[in-house]
Amino acid sequence: MDFLTLIQLFDSTIRLATPLLLACLAGLFSERAGIFDIGLEGKMLAAAFFSAAIAAITGSVWLGLLAGMAASVALSLLHGVASITFRGNQLISGVAINFLAAGLTVLIAQDWFQQGGRTPSLMGGGRFEPITLPFAENLAAVPFLGPIYSELISGHSILVYVAFAMVPLTWWILFRTRFGLRLRAVGENPAAVDTAGVSVVGLRYAAVLICGILCGIAGAYLSTALQAGFVKDMSAGRGFIALAALIFAKWRPWYALYATLLFGLFGALETRPDVIQNIIGMKVQGQLLGALPYIMTVIILAGFVGKAVPPRAGGEPYVKER
Amino acid sequence: MAETAPAIELKGISKAFGPVQANKDISIRVMPGTIHGIIGENGAGKSTLMSILYGFYKADKGEIFIAGQKTEIPDSQAAISAGIGMVFQHFKLVENFTVLENIILGAEDGGLLRPSLAKARKSLLELEQEYGLNVDPDAVIEDLGVGMQQRVEILKALYRKADILILDEPTGVLTPAEADQLFRILDRLREEGKTIILITHKLREIMEATDTVSVMRRGEMTATVKTSDTSPAELAELMVGRKVLLRVDKKPATPGDVVLDIKGLRVVDEQKVERVKGIDLQVRAGEIVGIAGVAGNGQSELLEVLGGYAKATGSVSLNGEALDLTGKEADGRSRRKRGIGHVPEDRQREGLIMDFSAWENTAFGYHRSEAYQSGLLLNNAAIRDDTAGKMERFDVRPPNPALAAKSFSGGNQQKVVLAREIERNPELLLVGQPTRGVDIGAIEFIHQQIVALRDQGKAILLVSVELEEILALADRVAVMFDGHIMGERQSAETDEKELGLLMAGVGS
Repeated sequence: MDFLTLIQLFDSTIRLATPLLLACLAGLFSERAGIFDIGLEGKMLAAAFFSAAIAAITGSVWLGLLAGMAASVALSLLHGVASITFRGNQLISGVAINFLAAGLTVLIAQDWFQQGGRTPSLMGGGRFEPITLPFAENLAAVPFLGPIYSELISGHSILVYVAFAMVPLTWWILFRTRFGLRLRAVGENPAAVDTAGVSVVGLRYAAVLICGILCGIAGAYLSTALQAGFVKDMSAGRGFIALAALIFAKWRPWYALYATLLFGLFGALETRPDVIQNIIGMKVQGQLLGALPYIMTVIILAGFVGKAVPPRAGGEPYVKER
Repeated sequence: MAETAPAIELKGISKAFGPVQANKDISIRVMPGTIHGIIGENGAGKSTLMSILYGFYKADKGEIFIAGQKTEIPDSQAAISAGIGMVFQHFKLVENFTVLENIILGAEDGGLLRPSLAKARKSLLELEQEYGLNVDPDAVIEDLGVGMQQRVEILKALYRKADILILDEPTGVLTPAEADQLFRILDRLREEGKTIILITHKLREIMEATDTVSVMRRGEMTATVKTSDTSPAELAELMVGRKVLLRVDKKPATPGDVVLDIKGLRVVDEQKVERVKGIDLQVRAGEIVGIAGVAGNGQSELLEVLGGYAKATGSVSLNGEALDLTGKEADGRSRRKRGIGHVPEDRQREGLIMDFSAWENTAFGYHRSEAYQSGLLLNNAAIRDDTAGKMERFDVRPPNPALAAKSFSGGNQQKVVLAREIERNPELLLVGQPTRGVDIGAIEFIHQQIVALRDQGKAILLVSVELEEILALADRVAVMFDGHIMGERQSAETDEKELGLLMAGVGS
């Protein structure tokens, strides 16, 4: 396998890892605050549709992104009302959101565009175009580092850079700010936060709100950057893989980056079976690669690779005790 | 004003939860620099009153004065700024945070953590020195013992500049030594001018630690007295509303034939640790044998083997016939068939299913008995009737068989278990920690029932970590230490000191 193939493979890893990373960080904020969220998938899907739809109608991808974020945040708040205000079951609420998004996106798409549940293809300002970083072309000729910079690091859409910048930012918020301390505390022992005079409900809503915004970006990336338009069920289980990555990452931001890159690599390999055949000399079914994230998560959960301890108050509505 | 204002004054506080009047027109004055006890049985309204003071509930009526100022306390934040700190029975700490992080949580100095942590570290060290409360600021909570965690809770309150410290049942989770340490800390805090409210249902703590004491019963404040002017007997009477026997009233035992005969019993647990190391013990008909010892010296394993849910080697016979210790008949069902009743040590995990109703819980273990059958099905109506009768005879309150076990107070839960086992008329009754977390009114009743069973000529094996209880109830005492029986004494001929030495593994 030559160097350029490798660069291409990693390039596609980054593109495929981006939505996973954004969704994974979204889930991280929510679950660190004690709200389990299996509705990442549905939120991404809704955001993907509304981004593409509004971008197609207005011709502005930025308006599309805002619409996608708004849709995702709306679903987040729905989850919040069900599970924080009314102390409902978080899993059921998440499942409901997934179904809601899967059905509504196609229904509305058909009503608006009459193209069989898809949006028109996005063109020009309706998409996030790749950005060429400064000097990328000048440095392309430099051996080894040149191609890495110009092919691998440069040439992605703005959302990719946003996603990767979110990793240190998330770490900083969680571990270096008052908000982060309280957020982590509310996921571990909400009673401690409550008796310290801080609002449990307020913190948890803040967490699901952040979750909604990040999921919105992830969804917008799918339909306006990775692809050019919305098609039915285009999130394709990425929300669940992001959840798997979150467990794999033990609810930590930097690990989340590594986990989603790894899962992104599996995704990239799935589209390049020839690369694997070259390396191990044998054909591997694409489906096996697609299943690998789940298999690895099960192995993690079974406790083979260290212990993944979820936030202790995760999934439990907070009821003030006497 | 000539005299100093009370640190806290409550006037006419009332609070109802639906039809239940949890607090009725409660007034109380606590002077600064004193330790004030509030004593009462479970459900007397102590915790509700303190929750009102800490802003968890809003009183329906009444006023709160802090240091002479009328104060509204709508939430915990308001309580904290009024200088009130609360140490809850179940600690409100984030287990995987450090001590320092727990202390600043909710009282940070700004948006960024580092400056807050640095500042808190400095003032924490000052506080630790001032009050002699040593805790490592960087220790993670889950690595600390319960006593240390409690210190963190106290430091948390002090860091928030609390002048009034409320402690809710602070010794419930502590060992006697840790409790002594806590009371020394409270003394120190009082010397520094802090006001302390100590909520408890233990008479001894009130007598030892407080300056004044208020008694609560059924939502009302029945009395407030100087501790030095009262006695445990008087407080108990005020709490329960009638005279209470603090000692067990019983005739001398008239032991008959040997019922339980244990020879060379050894128990190895799942971690392959030998917990019972070859003990010999006999229990006769018509006597209560108490096993004393610090928790974790093999008593629990002994009860588990006799109750049929742990394996052992050696020999155990009941009325001369051997019990199966390892085979198919080493289970709870076979034991019950042989006439062994068992009131387990942990009633909430082993004695009851907390989400199930009282009548379902009453049937457990005896669900195959003929009176409960109706063809292939259980005769639920019969079980309910039977349970209603048991609840009446054992004074379980409220006497409602349909209520879930978790809805009863600790004492009433224990009565449900006790009624189930005693009314089967067992040859041998195993009783573990019968009064752990039980009110004194109920303790008296439970002790009477156990003695009554003895007087019917049954054999009783009692395990308790409360030495007082062992001495009051048992006719004969065996002390366990490190899996051995260190010695046996007639309880009339021994005292706490001698038994205490045996419990520590000294002498024989």
